[in-house]
Amino acid sequence: MASYSTSEFRNGLKFMLDGAPYTILDNELVKPGKGQAFNRVKIRNLKTGRVIDKTWKSGESVEAADVMEIDMEYLYEDGEFWHFMEPESYEQHAADKNAVEDVIKWLKPQEIYQVTLWNGAPLSITPPNFVELKITECDPGVQGNTAQGATKPAIVETGAAIKVPLFVEEGEVVKIDTRSGEYLSRAK
Amino acid sequence: MLSWKPTANLEMLKMRAQMLSEVRTFFSQRGVLEVETPALSQAANSDPYIESFSLSNHQRFLHTSPEYAMKRLLAAGSGDIYQICKVWRAEEAGKNHNPEFTLLEWYRVGFSYQQLMEEVELLLRSLLSLKKSSKFYSYQQLFIEFLQINPHKADHSTLINGVRENAPDVEIGNEANWSKQDLLDVLLTHCLEPLFNKEQLTFIYDYPVTQSALANVRPATPTETAVAERFEVYLGKRELGNGYQELRSAEGNAQVIANELKQRAQHQQVIPPKDNYFLQAMEHGIPFTSGVAIGIDRLLMCKFNKKHIQQVISFPWDTA
Repeated sequence: MASYSTSEFRNGLKFMLDGAPYTILDNELVKPGKGQAFNRVKIRNLKTGRVIDKTWKSGESVEAADVMEIDMEYLYEDGEFWHFMEPESYEQHAADKNAVEDVIKWLKPQEIYQVTLWNGAPLSITPPNFVELKITECDPGVQGNTAQGATKPAIVETGAAIKVPLFVEEGEVVKIDTRSGEYLSRAK
Repeated sequence: MLSWKPTANLEMLKMRAQMLSEVRTFFSQRGVLEVETPALSQAANSDPYIESFSLSNHQRFLHTSPEYAMKRLLAAGSGDIYQICKVWRAEEAGKNHNPEFTLLEWYRVGFSYQQLMEEVELLLRSLLSLKKSSKFYSYQQLFIEFLQINPHKADHSTLINGVRENAPDVEIGNEANWSKQDLLDVLLTHCLEPLFNKEQLTFIYDYPVTQSALANVRPATPTETAVAERFEVYLGKRELGNGYQELRSAEGNAQVIANELKQRAQHQQVIPPKDNYFLQAMEHGIPFTSGVAIGIDRLLMCKFNKKHIQQVISFPWDTA
């Protein structure tokens, strides 16, 4: 397996540490005018999502991680696995519960998601920042009520529970920010 | 996205010009002569922790500081001198480092390094408008007070344990790859520097002999270990400058450079030609002198509270 020297450290670089794949979020050179240089980096564990700080003596190497991020279409779920397909090659990948856990509530067939593969197997799924989903459950709309900030609970077609303004009706399609889970607007 | 535009705003460029003008006034009032020395020279810095850029087809190196050439002027009887110049250090880029940066270096004949620290304090407190008086620690005091480690006496395994305990983020890997200086440097940069107050200068002086570079070494006495008469000055955790009681012995200087080149050979680093003009000048001799180098870009970062060095430089490395 290839390795990276600290001089190649940059944001987004993927490497192995204690058996887990990590990505670099921030890399800082710490160098006394006279003395040894160090790389102080902020890294995210791609399996757990945990962010930690680490320091290497400059010039040391780390083992590259076989991690790829590929846009794929979500197909279906069979009770055990969630199936994704690369649109170009039609190659299919089965993601287990660990990989999809955080995004199940945003998964909609035929939509495109970023799949992170580690050693060829799905490690995690990232939804688009914005999705448009149909409201499948909510109390009837209150016409004319546009009071700022007044909301009611709603369920969307993928199962996510969100809060929507009082005027939104069941069956409408709304735009949601998946990072915060917040309603943004009615879909145009 | 690439942009042709400067990364420092016009206001910052004006502030930079003003700071340089204040520096020149400071030295002119003290009768210190402004000098210029070559940026491209036939020899290069031998310090194993500093890499020079070279122009391979012309056998020239960009200087990493004007130290050798300014000491040749001292040997020629220049008296007190200062220089403001661009210097270049390869492999140093980041929030606090630009490979090309502006250095202020000066030498005071007849000054002890304590006197020079006072002058540095006076200049920096004025340039940075600092109200609080400064802190002074010997390297040993600092390590003992905050880490309970004597930096001169601690052995390798004590320092390894010190790093494991106080800087658990550090990936040590193979312990044998870490020299004592590496371990002291990691403790200083990761555990001690972050403790320094942001509103006052902190001076560290009397370094371990292994980190003397071209500073004078004060021999051991029955009660004290030998130390390098060297100091560093910080604002908060930001290192601003490095000064010496200059090593005057010709033999001593030749020995330091020979050792550094040997260390470079052991680590398969570039081995630049020795600066024989400098060594000849040291044979001729320089007066009792103290000298210091201060990073102008860092001063601007401190004064205007900028987190990235790009914010004080018109065109940083990536868009130079």
